[in-house]
Amino acid sequence: MKINDVILQTVTKIVVFIILTFGVELFLSGHYNPGGGFIGGLVLSSAFVLLYLVFDIETVHKGIPFDFKKVAAFGVLLAVGTGLGSVLFGASFLTQTASYFNLPVFGATELSTVMLFEAGVALTVVGVVVTIILSISEDV
Amino acid sequence: METLITILVGVLVTVAVYLLLSKSLVRVILGTAILSHAVHLLLMTMGRLKKGAVPLLGENAESYTDALPQALILTAIVISFAVTSFLLVLAYRTYKETGSDNLDALRGFKDE
Amino acid sequence: MLAITIAIFIPFLAALLVPFIYKRVQSRSIGWFVMSVPLALFIYLASFIPAVAGGKTYIHTIKWIDSAGINFTTYLDGLSMIFGLLITGVGSLVILYSIYYLSEREALGRFYVYLLMFMGSMLGVILSDNIMVLYVFWELTSISSFLLIAFWYHRKKSRYGAQKSMLITVSGGVGMLAGFIMLYTMTGSYSVREIIETIGQYTNESLFLPAMLLVLLGAFTKSAQFPFHIWLPDAMEAPTPVSAYLHSATMVKAGIYLVARFTPVFGGEAVWFYTVTGVGIFTLFWGSVNAVRQTDLKALLAYSTISQLGLIMSLFGLGSAALNEGYSADSVIYTQATFAALFHLINHSTFKGALFMVVGIVDHQVGTRDIRRLGGLMTLMPVTFTIAVIGSFSMAGLPPFNGFLSKEMFFESVLNVRNLDIFAMGPLMGSLLPVVAWVASVLTFVYSMIIVFQTFLGKHQPDRLDRKAFEAPVGMLIAPSILALFVVGIFFFPNVVGTYLLGPAMTAVYPPFEGAEGLVPHIAAWHGFNAPIMMTIGVIAVGALLYIYLRYWRGIYSLAPMRWNLDSMYNGLLTQTEKTSSFLTRTYMTGYLRDYLVYIFVFFILTVGGGLLWTGGFSIDLSNDAPMTISEYIIIFVMMGASIAIIFAKSRMTAILLNGVLGYSIAILFVVFRAPDLALTQIIVETVTTALFLLCFYFLPEWSKEKSTRSLKVFKGIIAISVGTVVTVLALVVQGNKMFESISVYFENAYELAGGKNIVNTILGDFRAFDTMLEVVVLFIAGIGVFTLIKLKAGKGDEDVED
Repeated sequence: MKINDVILQTVTKIVVFIILTFGVELFLSGHYNPGGGFIGGLVLSSAFVLLYLVFDIETVHKGIPFDFKKVAAFGVLLAVGTGLGSVLFGASFLTQTASYFNLPVFGATELSTVMLFEAGVALTVVGVVVTIILSISEDV
Repeated sequence: METLITILVGVLVTVAVYLLLSKSLVRVILGTAILSHAVHLLLMTMGRLKKGAVPLLGENAESYTDALPQALILTAIVISFAVTSFLLVLAYRTYKETGSDNLDALRGFKDE
Repeated sequence: MLAITIAIFIPFLAALLVPFIYKRVQSRSIGWFVMSVPLALFIYLASFIPAVAGGKTYIHTIKWIDSAGINFTTYLDGLSMIFGLLITGVGSLVILYSIYYLSEREALGRFYVYLLMFMGSMLGVILSDNIMVLYVFWELTSISSFLLIAFWYHRKKSRYGAQKSMLITVSGGVGMLAGFIMLYTMTGSYSVREIIETIGQYTNESLFLPAMLLVLLGAFTKSAQFPFHIWLPDAMEAPTPVSAYLHSATMVKAGIYLVARFTPVFGGEAVWFYTVTGVGIFTLFWGSVNAVRQTDLKALLAYSTISQLGLIMSLFGLGSAALNEGYSADSVIYTQATFAALFHLINHSTFKGALFMVVGIVDHQVGTRDIRRLGGLMTLMPVTFTIAVIGSFSMAGLPPFNGFLSKEMFFESVLNVRNLDIFAMGPLMGSLLPVVAWVASVLTFVYSMIIVFQTFLGKHQPDRLDRKAFEAPVGMLIAPSILALFVVGIFFFPNVVGTYLLGPAMTAVYPPFEGAEGLVPHIAAWHGFNAPIMMTIGVIAVGALLYIYLRYWRGIYSLAPMRWNLDSMYNGLLTQTEKTSSFLTRTYMTGYLRDYLVYIFVFFILTVGGGLLWTGGFSIDLSNDAPMTISEYIIIFVMMGASIAIIFAKSRMTAILLNGVLGYSIAILFVVFRAPDLALTQIIVETVTTALFLLCFYFLPEWSKEKSTRSLKVFKGIIAISVGTVVTVLALVVQGNKMFESISVYFENAYELAGGKNIVNTILGDFRAFDTMLEVVVLFIAGIGVFTLIKLKAGKGDEDVED
């Protein structure tokens, strides 16, 4: 698919960053406000899909040289791995914990293992959605 | 409101079943998509509707909407997305291999 | 002892490593790595011998499914010790032998993976205390045996033999599982030790007898007892090391182990005594009769294994009489049968293992196992000949080999039974047993002689052999020589085995007799001129005569009753079953997706709708409905209209847009229902789905108008409307009847319990994280599925993978 549309491409370049930021924000805020791994992942992947639609696959691939299958696999690994991690500490599978840390810029921030789990979910969603779309469009 | 939504669910299920019984593969897939819409709505009504606030504890409300169906539906939405996309690709591949999306024509191999 | 539990898993772990090592080292030296596993385990287990002989037992539990009473409990006592040593000891020797036996062109990696898998599962069978775990390992041995028999899967006979053994042993195993479940229903425990302790209260339960028979079914199929023995000769298609290991020394003894382990549970019953003894003695007889007529050395050994297993089985049956008698000074004498059984179990593994290896060597060196083509190999292969003589003579029950000792004890036990009056043992039955045993022993003598004399003596026929005969390489001779050394060694020092191995095992089989005088007898080669020795002399005399005049009486095998054959029954049954099931399947599997969906929907309408009608469960209560605004009415009616319009859409583009309308309207409804997470997700998913649909439509054909008859349309309409109605009514009924309080209140403590304020999100990430994790996995599988569907294309010529 090759679309040559300067306006669309220019707008996309800006919009993608807005979508990406929104996706990350949704992902991070999930614990207290609407959002979370699924939604964040879906928003992020829609940004990538937009990129692929507007530019051609090769161009995007140069900019984002990930194999999205591996991203998805890593996500699954992370999600299952956090579950196993709690087993190592003697808790039952998938027990989550949280505590507060003083970070330089953010101040007192709550960091929890749910975050890792959700990150796994988000990565899987991104990887799978992009893989599906790419597989179909590459196969012509 | 619940009654009307339930009737809507019934209508959606009817349409979905009718599409599922079609010959064309695309109609069948559309049928599964509509069926999952129906199920999501059905789950939602099971927790009663519009009772209490948005299930965010930051709202400090007296009571909250039932969060459990929402969590279930969130899972179901993602799964039904996965299933729909898989079926679509299956249809696509079937058409490429056999040149047909008619389920009656796709029935088995001749030499079976 | 955690280490014993780990011991079960070490072979499995090694099996995991083998493919990686084999990738680097593509030679037979991989065998040395594999051999180190059973050898280390053997030494480890052997280090427990003194403690176990002193009456100690080791137990270790790893919690698994605690709530269902299924835990990973390992239990090492005298009985499991014998089997453990056999599995690891014979295992090491067989692997040593296989290093030289198998050519480097074979798929050695695969072979050793299967073999290690088998070893692990076998250790699991004998060390598990929990019968459910035991069952799992039991079936694993069947599976690995299947894989090993079908090792040369390009041969039709290998596949046939593998399938046969699988079908027979697994169906027996399933029967055994049913028996185990019955035991659990009676006693409420899956632990063998607990069942043994409490079984006394349950012997009158109606499930007791079926449980016993089903457990025996498992044991008999595994140990190739009549009439299930037919799989064992066909299993000989496996490579010879496998036959030596699985089908003579270990796996077929799993059934024996099961009988021994469950003797304290069921042994006191007359039915047990009669079934085990009767089946065993008949198998002994039938196996020996059939062994004599074989011309293939391996088939001969297969039937002789069947026969010897029958012998051991019958001895366990005889030994169970002691439990029925209860503990007394008189009843101890009956335990001697079990003692003989355990003793013969060890002896059989040594001499039969050696014989299998000898046959493998002959086959390997000259290219045939047919005794009609063999002969005169004695001078060409002197070492092999010596081992063959030791093995065969021990099997025939001649001194100075260990088979003589156990055969004598066997005769003595059979004769003892005549004194039994408890089971209404009539004089006829009492004397029938010794006679059958004696006849079978004569035939055993005959086929043992066939092995030695027709292979190694007589006229050498070099022109009928594939290769010129030479002595085998030293490496191949080591393993059978070690076994032959044991055959002779045990004869001279039987009491070492008796005290250290058999004694503790006897206590395991006879818990009430613990420490009783005479439970562990002194084994002596010479008892004076008593009945058993006379029987042995008779065996030798008559056997020698029969062997010399073999060709004059061989004709009886072609008589009509001898040709009546269990194999053809099995084959007939198999084809008949296949025919019937494919006929049945054809009647409803039409190949039309619509038909299958109709089955599902009609079933749903009948059961759910019919159930509602039948129970009269209608009570619809609409009073609790939430109020609605005008805009909500509009959304709902738009959705109804859009959905109905999809059916009548002329183009797929319209249809997909209407589907989009549905999706986005639902997102709006989610906002109304106060579900912000859902609304967000729904919007994005709907967008991506629509994009996907459009992408695929680019390649798919425009949808044509459904050409279907009016009646079909009406039929579809009726089904669809009925399903819709049933769903609606059911949903309304459910909403109108609140039978339980909602459990959702629990989740409202999300901040205290999970540290989050978004309840939906805490449910997903914490309360029900397991669901989410698996959902992620499903999503991933779908993604990989899509990827493979598109990328993986069958190349030309790849299509006929199955023949």
